[in-house]
Amino acid sequence: MNKDLQIQQEAEYIARHYAPERRFLLAILQDIQRHYKYLPEAAMEKVAEYLSVPVVKVYAMATFYKAFSLTPKGKYIIKVCDGTACHIAGSMDLLAEIKAILGLEPGETTADGLFSLETVACIGACGLAPVAVINEQYYGNLTPLTLRKILAGYQGGVAKNA
Amino acid sequence: MLKKTVYVCCGTGCLASGSHAIYQALQAQVKTLGLAVEVVPQIKKTGCHGLCQKGPLVHIAPQDVTYIHVKLEDVEEIVEQTLLQDQVVERLLYVDRQQGKRVVSKHDWTFAQKQLKIALRNCGEISQDCIEDYIARDGYAALRQAVTAMTPAQIREEITCSGLRGRGGGGFATGNKWSLTAQAPGDIKYVICNGDEGDPGAFMDRSILEGDPHTVLEGMAICAFAIRAKRGFLYIRDEYSLAVENMKKAIADAESHGMLGQQILGSDFDFSVEVVRGGGAFVCGEETSLLHSIEGQTGEPSPKPPFPSDHGLWGQPTVINNVETWANIPVIIQRGAAWFSAIGSDGSKGTKVFSLVGKIANTGLVEVPMGITLREVIFEIGGGVPRRRKFKAVQTGGPSGGCLPEAKLDLQVDFDSLLAEGSMMGSGGMIVVDDRTCMVEFARYYLTFLSEESCGKCAPCREGIKAMLAILVDICQGRGREGDIQLLEELGKMVQANSLCGLGKTAPNPVLSNIHYFREEFEAHIHEKRCPAGVCKELTVLQIDPQLCTGCGACVKVCPVDAIAGEQRQPHVLDQGKCIKCNNCRDRCPVDAIVVG
Repeated sequence: MNKDLQIQQEAEYIARHYAPERRFLLAILQDIQRHYKYLPEAAMEKVAEYLSVPVVKVYAMATFYKAFSLTPKGKYIIKVCDGTACHIAGSMDLLAEIKAILGLEPGETTADGLFSLETVACIGACGLAPVAVINEQYYGNLTPLTLRKILAGYQGGVAKNA
Repeated sequence: MLKKTVYVCCGTGCLASGSHAIYQALQAQVKTLGLAVEVVPQIKKTGCHGLCQKGPLVHIAPQDVTYIHVKLEDVEEIVEQTLLQDQVVERLLYVDRQQGKRVVSKHDWTFAQKQLKIALRNCGEISQDCIEDYIARDGYAALRQAVTAMTPAQIREEITCSGLRGRGGGGFATGNKWSLTAQAPGDIKYVICNGDEGDPGAFMDRSILEGDPHTVLEGMAICAFAIRAKRGFLYIRDEYSLAVENMKKAIADAESHGMLGQQILGSDFDFSVEVVRGGGAFVCGEETSLLHSIEGQTGEPSPKPPFPSDHGLWGQPTVINNVETWANIPVIIQRGAAWFSAIGSDGSKGTKVFSLVGKIANTGLVEVPMGITLREVIFEIGGGVPRRRKFKAVQTGGPSGGCLPEAKLDLQVDFDSLLAEGSMMGSGGMIVVDDRTCMVEFARYYLTFLSEESCGKCAPCREGIKAMLAILVDICQGRGREGDIQLLEELGKMVQANSLCGLGKTAPNPVLSNIHYFREEFEAHIHEKRCPAGVCKELTVLQIDPQLCTGCGACVKVCPVDAIAGEQRQPHVLDQGKCIKCNNCRDRCPVDAIVVG
């Protein structure tokens, strides 16, 4: 089946969990983002059609809110918390370490599609600063050295707890 | 047969430390032994106890024993010793530095002594997903009282008399807001909870939403009755997945218990609430942006007036209050305005929740009466600055607030005192920094955050913050020029005066307050090309003081680039060509021999 067609069908299935009202645009896009880990163009077009909203408005939402991405994300999404507590506890050193190991700046994905790097403002785990989250797993009290070991675990295909 | 209850903290902080596995292991262990012994512990998942840094926390009632840093391998011992034999496992108790001993109950920690819990009264004390627990602690009694024994006008009067001011940071009188909305023309009115907690370093609202969701719903329902609204929305950050989940369950439970929905508590009052997940934009914490976001638009602010009390969600009169504000409402209705207004200082009544983080011994969530001094919060409750470091500043108000130096530690914590000194109450972030934080870089940090979060609608905020940030980056990287400080001040005042919404109006605060109180640090960067804290890498040279160095070799082990060498028990030498200024050696050195040149 044509890939876009398939995406459109899936997007419509997701959208139909909500009434076709403009106020559900954000929620529908969040669900699509969760499903694909980004917002495919074909899906955004389908959502626009379903809600009778111009595509440009959907695109505006997609680019305004931080939760959305227009490009596919890696298998493992590394979120380094750069909230204030983490910042003064050394989150910059963690970012430098990731740059050194994976060559990633925040917002980028490795060529092999394994890792994406993001910074987040605060995940509220300030007591464990500095913190990073890889997919849903939290890692607290990190140092560049412990982070290096954790990443090596993911590279080897095994997610280890810190 | 004594019934025991084991409370395992499952707030985000403790979950990150692995508390869910502890919860499961305790449950399994109890189940295995449960039939053989006459103890029926009940394992409950609670919301945040506050002291996240010591997590996972496990509390056992009625013995009132609290264990910290519980690991999986401790579970068996806890069940054996404490549940079966009423013995305390000493090594899992919290060591209270101020008291100089291990303390059995969390209620006796020095951390808890000066606190007064109103908004957090149930957090950590009840199961986070159990309406019966909430009801058992007088939950929904205030709603019953409001609906059956009070008129809407009486309720509004009570809230006005209590002196409650909005806990989101603005400090607007809550009773006024309700009255304005009630009096505004229109049949359709809305009640909104602002749970878009975006300040980096703050997690008060998340803890309440996760740990005591019903108090927020009860507060909203009381307001809805008082302004005759039928619908409410809870706008919660999508990142707060546990809060969203708990809140959705709480809404369903409240509906099935007749506390929400049609004909609440047998009256003719209808009120329903739904959750809207935020999209991750800091500006959506601003109320007009938040309204647009709920409507399915991009979250850009509108000029005020008109205020939401006249022209809010879909153009209808709307009350928007912050999570913590809502959590205060049921208590005020139940105990009365006079009781509430007796707590706090002249212009600020009641308590305030702070997330006390940064370079502080007891990181966590605290609730204190307004009017307490910063010194009491930081040094008594917080236990001061750890690792022999020196207190440098405390930041309140997040990216909208400012830093206060040691000289201001005796300042009272309330809306007006903090504002008068160039900071602000904000939503409750309180970040302590020590002498290892560079105040120029700290200002740069906040501006970087704000430049990314500025929605771009108005030029003063969008361009002004960018221009200020460029200057700060230059200063941090050694390109600071004569006149930069004056230029920052001038730009800051322009952005404050001309921005459209609160984000821009307060954005320069972290820079201006840091310049005001730590001007010499800015000057050292600009004139001497030196970062006194040793943070800005371009301006930092680390050296080993041969007089102080004992040659213990601790630094050699932690240097990631092998830049340090030396004979044992002889002063070591640091190779400047290799040094990446990571400060690992400085952190490790037992005699502070590594100095910033």
